Amino acid sequence: MTATAASPAGGRSARPMKDRIRRFLDRYLLGLYAILAIGYLLLPVAVIALFSFNDPVGRSNLVWNGFTVQYWMDPFGVPGLGDAVLVSIRIALLSTLISAALGTLIALALVRYQFRASGSANLLIFLPMATPEIVLGASLLTMFVAISRPPFFPLNELTILIAHIMFNISFVVVTVRARLSGLDRHLEEAAMDLGATELVTFWKITFPLILPGIVAASLLAFSLSIDDFVITNFTAGRTVTFPMFVWGAARIGIPVQVNVIGTAIFVIAVGLVALSVIFQRRRERPA
Amino acid sequence: MGSFLHRHRSAIPYLLLAPGLLWLVLFYVYPSFQMLITSFWSGTLETGFTFSLSNWTTYPEALERYSTQFGRSILYSATATLLTLLIAYPLAYAIAFRGGRYKNLMLFLVVAPFFTSFLLRTISWKIILGDDGLVLGPIKDLGFLDPGFRVLATPIAVISGITYNFLPFMTLPIYVSLEKMDRRLTEAAEDLYAGPWRPGGTIAGAIGGGIVGALMGFSFDFSLLPAIATGAIVGGVGGTLFLNEAFVRVTLPLSLPGVFAGSLLVLIPAMGDYVNATLLGNPSTNMIGNVIQSRFLTNADYPTASALSFMLMIGILAVVAVYARALGTENLTAGRGA
Repeated sequence: MTATAASPAGGRSARPMKDRIRRFLDRYLLGLYAILAIGYLLLPVAVIALFSFNDPVGRSNLVWNGFTVQYWMDPFGVPGLGDAVLVSIRIALLSTLISAALGTLIALALVRYQFRASGSANLLIFLPMATPEIVLGASLLTMFVAISRPPFFPLNELTILIAHIMFNISFVVVTVRARLSGLDRHLEEAAMDLGATELVTFWKITFPLILPGIVAASLLAFSLSIDDFVITNFTAGRTVTFPMFVWGAARIGIPVQVNVIGTAIFVIAVGLVALSVIFQRRRERPA
Repeated sequence: MGSFLHRHRSAIPYLLLAPGLLWLVLFYVYPSFQMLITSFWSGTLETGFTFSLSNWTTYPEALERYSTQFGRSILYSATATLLTLLIAYPLAYAIAFRGGRYKNLMLFLVVAPFFTSFLLRTISWKIILGDDGLVLGPIKDLGFLDPGFRVLATPIAVISGITYNFLPFMTLPIYVSLEKMDRRLTEAAEDLYAGPWRPGGTIAGAIGGGIVGALMGFSFDFSLLPAIATGAIVGGVGGTLFLNEAFVRVTLPLSLPGVFAGSLLVLIPAMGDYVNATLLGNPSTNMIGNVIQSRFLTNADYPTASALSFMLMIGILAVVAVYARALGTENLTAGRGA
């Protein structure tokens, strides 16, 4: 990790061998290392994709046996899988929508207004992010158990949704707040000077400007929700989300279709991000 | 409505906060208190539960009964945190200082694994680390390893899983803190004759490597002395080659906030994890998360599970509080929003 800066000293020809080795290491070794490390991060994703084309013997899809596209043709061919994916998408959409709204309002309050309770509000938003997921799930379960007699509060999609909104709010606040605090307040003041009411100023000026932050927050919330297993496991009851389906199947052998769906989600998500980057670049570049 | 807001301007922030914070009070604060109350229950599902302060004994009993799993959680999380740091620091450094026009692409690739299921990625390691899999298969074929050698169902597999899964949480905050740095500072240091760091680099590398070796020896059940020696030698060579004065005295101190934030972001989920231990380990690698999970969901032993869970929460929040006192919470959230 040698941080070589351009040493302005002359004597280029007299550079000692050691210095040249150092320079070479510095230039190529770090790059090579970065490629290897990123490869390591992506290796399991590649394995998931590869094994979506596997034609396994028996139930377990852990050993490569032969190439087939058969499972891509029939991605929901396992009983319960299609429903699980639908439940996950439904919960992710609803929890994203609600947490994005609640979180944006909080971010607006925290950045735009000075009030006495802001310290405690910040703490309350920070705490869920600093608490291990298992504790979040477990404490919700104790609440659902405590507020009713046996057979207890029905755990279902609603209880999962409650939990997902809870952990998503903080992430939305943090993301939108970052965008809001970088905003030029003079734009809003100008609008008000020109006679716009506060509400009009918000919808015409503030909202469009923080929209990218809200979109980013929503994407984050959606991806956290659709992939959540730990908290869902405590609040799901008999409801099966996609991660719960994978967990249940892990004991008896994961059907290849699960890999197909995992790969499809990855491709769609990466595609969406790529599209949004292209879109943003085109907008930022003056015509 | 409009006139009401005009007359009570100071109410506006509270109105904006109310719905979201109410949600957090109802579904974060209240459940946490309920968990504390539940830990003072006694009884079973069949007989019903009764609350009594005299049930405080659940705490010492649970601690004693599950001290092994608590210890394992601490050891495994610490090892995994150290490993993520070793892997993530050079990666973040490379992206921040050598990324050039590929910087954003590289950052994207670091978080790209989050676009597939966490469980599926963990299960992938079962394929990769399998007894005759991608890694062990070829080594065994060449005869370098005993055919009976396993990685799966050992602490190595569990810690590798945790390290892999939470690596981006370490990389992003370190990247953010390096990216913010003024590069002219290292140039200035070099102009002021910051050169190779000798013999400091060798010594620091050897000591650091020795500590890493010891920790890995402990968690992986390797014999301790060879582990420490190997760590010290590798660390010493690495330190000699890669540590120079400008890095040690300028770049490293400036990146420490990112290092601490990343460590916490890895430590928090790692301490409560049971997914890696379940999918990649065996009963003798069970962590405290496994106990909490099965006490709650399989045995319906709510008092013990709540007591364990509450202790875990207090332990983590204590660490977080010490951190927040010293460095504030800004770095913790910066990496996540990125």
